[in-house]
Amino acid sequence: MHYLLTIAMLVCVSPSLFAQDAAGIIKKVDDNMISETQIMVSEMVIHGKRNNRVVTSKGYSEGRFKSFTEYLAPDREKGIKMLKLENNLWIYSPSTDRTIQLSGHMLRQSVMGSDLSYEDMMEDRKLMDMYNAKVTGEEVIDSRKTWVLQLNAKVDDVAYDSRKIWVDQERYVPLKEELYAKSNRNRQWPCYGGSPLKEELYAKSGQLLKKTVMSDIKKIDGRWYPTTLNYKDMLKDGKGTDFIVKEIRFNEPIPEYIFSKASLKK
Amino acid sequence: MRIAINMAFKNLMGAGLRTWLNVSVLAFCFIVIVFYNGFISGWHEQGRKDAMDWEYSHGQLYHADYDPNNIFTLPKAHGKLPNEETENLLPILIRQGTIYPDGRMVSILIKGIEPTQNLLKLPTHILSESKAELPVIIGDRFANAANLAVSDELLLRWRDENGMYDAANITVAGIFRTNVVSVDNGQIWMSLPTLQKMTGLKNQATLYIANAHYKHKPVEGWVFRNLDVLLSDFDAAVQAERIGSIAIYMVLLALGLLAIFDTQVLSIFRRQREIGTYIALGMTKYQVLKIFTVEGAMYSVLAAIAGLVIGAPLFIYTATKGISLANGTDQMGFRLADTIYPVFSFRLIVATFVILIASATLVSFLPARKISKMNPVNALKGKIG
Repeated sequence: MHYLLTIAMLVCVSPSLFAQDAAGIIKKVDDNMISETQIMVSEMVIHGKRNNRVVTSKGYSEGRFKSFTEYLAPDREKGIKMLKLENNLWIYSPSTDRTIQLSGHMLRQSVMGSDLSYEDMMEDRKLMDMYNAKVTGEEVIDSRKTWVLQLNAKVDDVAYDSRKIWVDQERYVPLKEELYAKSNRNRQWPCYGGSPLKEELYAKSGQLLKKTVMSDIKKIDGRWYPTTLNYKDMLKDGKGTDFIVKEIRFNEPIPEYIFSKASLKK
Repeated sequence: MRIAINMAFKNLMGAGLRTWLNVSVLAFCFIVIVFYNGFISGWHEQGRKDAMDWEYSHGQLYHADYDPNNIFTLPKAHGKLPNEETENLLPILIRQGTIYPDGRMVSILIKGIEPTQNLLKLPTHILSESKAELPVIIGDRFANAANLAVSDELLLRWRDENGMYDAANITVAGIFRTNVVSVDNGQIWMSLPTLQKMTGLKNQATLYIANAHYKHKPVEGWVFRNLDVLLSDFDAAVQAERIGSIAIYMVLLALGLLAIFDTQVLSIFRRQREIGTYIALGMTKYQVLKIFTVEGAMYSVLAAIAGLVIGAPLFIYTATKGISLANGTDQMGFRLADTIYPVFSFRLIVATFVILIASATLVSFLPARKISKMNPVNALKGKIG
């Protein structure tokens, strides 16, 4: 009887406990992954059908709205600089010695032919601010125990309606992430299936759009951080794009001039 | 003048083969010029008609933020026209999307149109007849490029009004063939209410297409483009083609005129005694010069008549039966109609006739000017000077 009572109490209380846990996990993941400032040297390996391209860059970012990237290699891309302030993006090309301003919509285009969009690269809004989270299970990935978290958007202006994240239970680092389209919600689309117009109900599972696998987790400046990420557009053929962090520094002051248009031509 | 014409005619007939060679070359020029211009006029007329039938009808009302040449204006370029202003207008909503045929990523435009419309030739009835969940129709050019066939299912990804990704399977319910590439290339057509629901843009449109009864009144936030504006690029392309073809005419005409010029120079050299005799008989140098000039000009008149006699059956046949172009023009980045019906206007024939006579008269006159400087005595003796 005593056991039954305990189980009954646990069943009643556990959903709220899980919800709280999920929020706590997400907060710790955010704390791990997001910093005030970041200075990073990275390599992007773009897997093509015939060969791979490696693009090396050095990036500076401060908060959500300021980001500056300079491409260091290969020669074709060397010297290209990108400055993002708010929703505006400026790209400087040394071959033409010109700076082009792109509108916010351009941020949705692919970066240098990779599986990443500018938006994906620059999105560092806290998950807590965008999603409601709940723990849906536990799994082991590469011998690491993880929580499986389901995140559903709580605001409208996010690119992905839901996410599934596998978080290392000890290090609070995501090891895998899947990004889903909106279509997992029950919706009614007016559909013409003969005349007259009739409404039909479509209940679909969310379409998996992108998948990220993080590996080579290292402790840097007191936090665990994945130094190899594979981004894969799941709708496209191919191996996706590897993003390898060669060097990263957190919360180092970045001079204000870096985030100015003048720095593009320097 | 009558004497000059009579004499010139007799001289030309007397020259025999030389005359007919000159006339043949000029007649060939005449036929080519008329035929090519007629072909371009036919292409122009059909292009305008196709554009009206498939895309523009009698004009378009754009959302103020919409720029058809800049797809980055699309996310913001939508709005709702007040109900009282929508009479005689067909709404079209345009959004960006991505399809994934055979694992390839292809950026496209998603265009929403009322399936019951009959303003445009697009076979939108297929959308209402299809049993598929999300039926779309596409042009055959795009179907070939993306390797798609009727009944194919593929994934479409788009963003809603807030920029959130969404995805669903669409079915190719129909493939249409059109000469208007701008309603075919890189785009899919689907039911407007469906697209509005998918994107959360209820009752919104990017542009409206006007029918023949539409009377435009200015509406804030919307800009009306009439047919002249919408077709200005096409008109300019046709005009450029006309201008480009002038170079070909010039070369052809130059060959014909060179023959006349040579004939004239030779005639004046060989017929000095005749010139001297005319003057001795009392003709002024101007009258003699006129005979030679008319002679030259008469080549062009004979050429035009010969051109019309030979060309008329060709012109009539092609104008009624058309010229079949097969699908060869698909590879050129634009498509002409399968059959072009050349338009040979009276104005075109008269203009070509006038150009031919004017240029032939000029090249006949230039060498004949020498006559005015001739000494009649020397001319009678057959001496130049």
